[in-house]
Amino acid sequence: MLPAAIINGLMFGAIYALVALGLTLIYGVLHIINFAHGAMLMLSLYAAFFLFQLANIDPYLSIAIVTPAAFIFGYLIYRYGIGVLSKGKDQNILLITLGLSIIIENSALFFFSGDQQTVSLSYSFEAFDLGFMYLSYPKVISFVAALVICALLWALMSLTDMGRAIRAVAKERQGARLVGINVEHIFAVTFGIGIACLGAAGCMMLPIFYVDPYTGNIFVLVAFTIVVLGGMGSIIGALLGGFIIGITESVGGLLLGESLGQIGISLIFILILIFKPTGLFGSKV
Amino acid sequence: MSALGKNMMLLLAGAVLLMVAPAFIVSKFYIDVLTLIFFTAYLGQSWNILGGYAGQFSFGGVMFFGTGAYASSILLTTFGVPPIIGIVVAIFAGALLGFIVGFMSFRSGLKGSYFALITLAFAELLRVLANSVEFTGGGVGLFLKYAPGLSNLQFETPTGFYYFALLLLFISIAIALWLERSRFGAQLVAIRENEDAAEALGINTLRCKIYAIMIMGAMGGAAGTFYAQKYLYLDPPIAYSIHLSVEMLLVTIVGGMGTVFGPLIGAFVLHVVNEIARHFIDTPGLSLIVYGFILIIIISYLPNGLIGMFKKKLKQTDASALDKLKSDQGDGNA
Repeated sequence: MLPAAIINGLMFGAIYALVALGLTLIYGVLHIINFAHGAMLMLSLYAAFFLFQLANIDPYLSIAIVTPAAFIFGYLIYRYGIGVLSKGKDQNILLITLGLSIIIENSALFFFSGDQQTVSLSYSFEAFDLGFMYLSYPKVISFVAALVICALLWALMSLTDMGRAIRAVAKERQGARLVGINVEHIFAVTFGIGIACLGAAGCMMLPIFYVDPYTGNIFVLVAFTIVVLGGMGSIIGALLGGFIIGITESVGGLLLGESLGQIGISLIFILILIFKPTGLFGSKV
Repeated sequence: MSALGKNMMLLLAGAVLLMVAPAFIVSKFYIDVLTLIFFTAYLGQSWNILGGYAGQFSFGGVMFFGTGAYASSILLTTFGVPPIIGIVVAIFAGALLGFIVGFMSFRSGLKGSYFALITLAFAELLRVLANSVEFTGGGVGLFLKYAPGLSNLQFETPTGFYYFALLLLFISIAIALWLERSRFGAQLVAIRENEDAAEALGINTLRCKIYAIMIMGAMGGAAGTFYAQKYLYLDPPIAYSIHLSVEMLLVTIVGGMGTVFGPLIGAFVLHVVNEIARHFIDTPGLSLIVYGFILIIIISYLPNGLIGMFKKKLKQTDASALDKLKSDQGDGNA
C-alpha cells in the first residue's frame, strides 16, 4: 500500500511541480504573488476539455495548442492588465489577482455551468502492472510529459538569450534596463511563460483528474505550499516541493483517510511559513 | 453647533431612521436584504479593524465566523446550552482563535501577502478538520431546531433578525468610532503606515496586532451564532467558505478601508448591485463577476474606496484653505 501511495504521489507531484514552477518563476522575476494561478489552471483544464469534446483532440496533443495560447493570454493579461493596474504595490497585486480569480472562476461558472467534467480516453483504463500495483497509462504519460516540460523550461532559462534577459531582470532590473533590455516586455514574457506552464499542466491533469469552475481553488493553496516549501523563486525548490507535496497528499490520504488526509497541505504551509519562511532553497522572503 | 456635535446628530438621525425603518417597509424581501447588508457590513467592519486600520490583510477572515458558529451550535445541539449563552462562548472562541493565529503568524514576522495567505491556510485547515471530526457533524453538517425565542436568538419574523443584525451593526460602528478616537486606534494606524517607525516610537506592534486580530475574531464569532440561528444549518463549506472571506474584504475595500462607514457603504452598494444583476439575469456567477471587476477598479483607481471620493474633495478644500491662509500671511508680512 505505502509504495503504491508514494508512486502515485510522485506521478501527481510532477504536475504539481509544473504548476508551482509557473508561480515561482513569476515570483522570482516580478516579485508578485499571482493569486489567480489556480483560476488560470482551471481555464487551461477547460481548454483541453473543450478541444477534446468539440474537436476530438487528445489532451496530450493539445499541449501543443493550449501552451502557446496560455502564453499569449498570460502575456496580454500582464502587459495590458495587471502591470498597468497594480502600480507596483505588493498588496495591490495580490488583491487585483484575487479580483481576477473571482472573475475567471465565475465566468467559468456562468458559461460552462458548475458540472464536473471528465474525459475518457481509449487508453484511460490500460495500465502497467508493477507487481504490487497497477499504474495507468495516463498517469505515466503525464509524469513523463511534465518532466520533459520542466527540462525544456530549464533549457529556455539557461541556454537562450531570452532566458538570460529574464535572469538579468530578476537579478537587477535597473541594470537590465540600462543595458537595453525592455523590462516591461520581459515581465510580460515571464508572466506568459508562467501561465504557459499552467497550459501544459492543465492538459496533463485533465485525463487523470476532473474540471469544474472551482478546481482552481483546490490548487491555489497547493501551488503556494509547494512554492514556499521549495523557497519563493527557486526552480529546483519548486520541482522537489512538487514531489514532496504530491507524496504527502497521497500518503496522508492513505494514513488519515480521504477527508482528514487533505490536512497535510495547509498544515505544511502554515508550519513552513512560521518556522522556515525561506523554504528549503530560498534566500529571503 | 460644533462639527463634532453635527456629526453626532447625523449619526443619531441615521440610527433612528434604521430603527424605525421596518415600520414602513412592508416587503419581507427588503427586510431580508437590509438584514444581510447589516450582517455583511458587520463582518466587513471586523475585517476593517485588522485590514483597514492596522493594514494587515487577511484572506481567511471566515475562520472566526465558522468557529463561532460551530461553538454555539455544538453547545446547543449536544449540551442544550441556549444560544444567548452560546454567543458569548462564540465570541470568546473567536477571540481565542484570533490570539492563536495572530500570535503564531505575527510573532514570525509575517506580513503583506504572506499574512494574507497564512490566514487562508488556517481557514482551510479548520474546514478540513470540521469535515473530519465527529462532533461537528462532519460533512453531513449540523441541523438546528426551529424554536423562536430570545434565549435561542431566533425570531418568528424577519424583523426580529433585522434588529439583531442592526444591533451587531451598531456595536461594530461603536468599536470603529472608539478606534478613531483612542490611543489604540492611533497605534494601529501607525503600524499600517510604517511598522518600523511605530516600533521605534515604542509601540508594542506585536501586541497591538494581536489585540486587533482578537477583536476581529470576537466579532466574527458573534456573526457565526447569528448566521447559525437564522439559517438553522451549518456545514464545513458554509462555515469556512472562501467566498465569505472575500466578501468581508470586498465590502470594506469598496466602501473605504480604515474608515468607520466604509464597510456599511460597501455592503450597501454591493448588495444593491447584486440585486440589480439578479433582476436582469439570474444566472449563478454573474454578480460575482461584477464584484471582481469592481474590486480591481477600486484597487487601481480609488484606493480609498467610495468614501475616499468625498474625503479627497474635503482634503483638497482643506489644502486650498491652508494655501489661502499662507498667502494671506505672506501679504501681511510684506
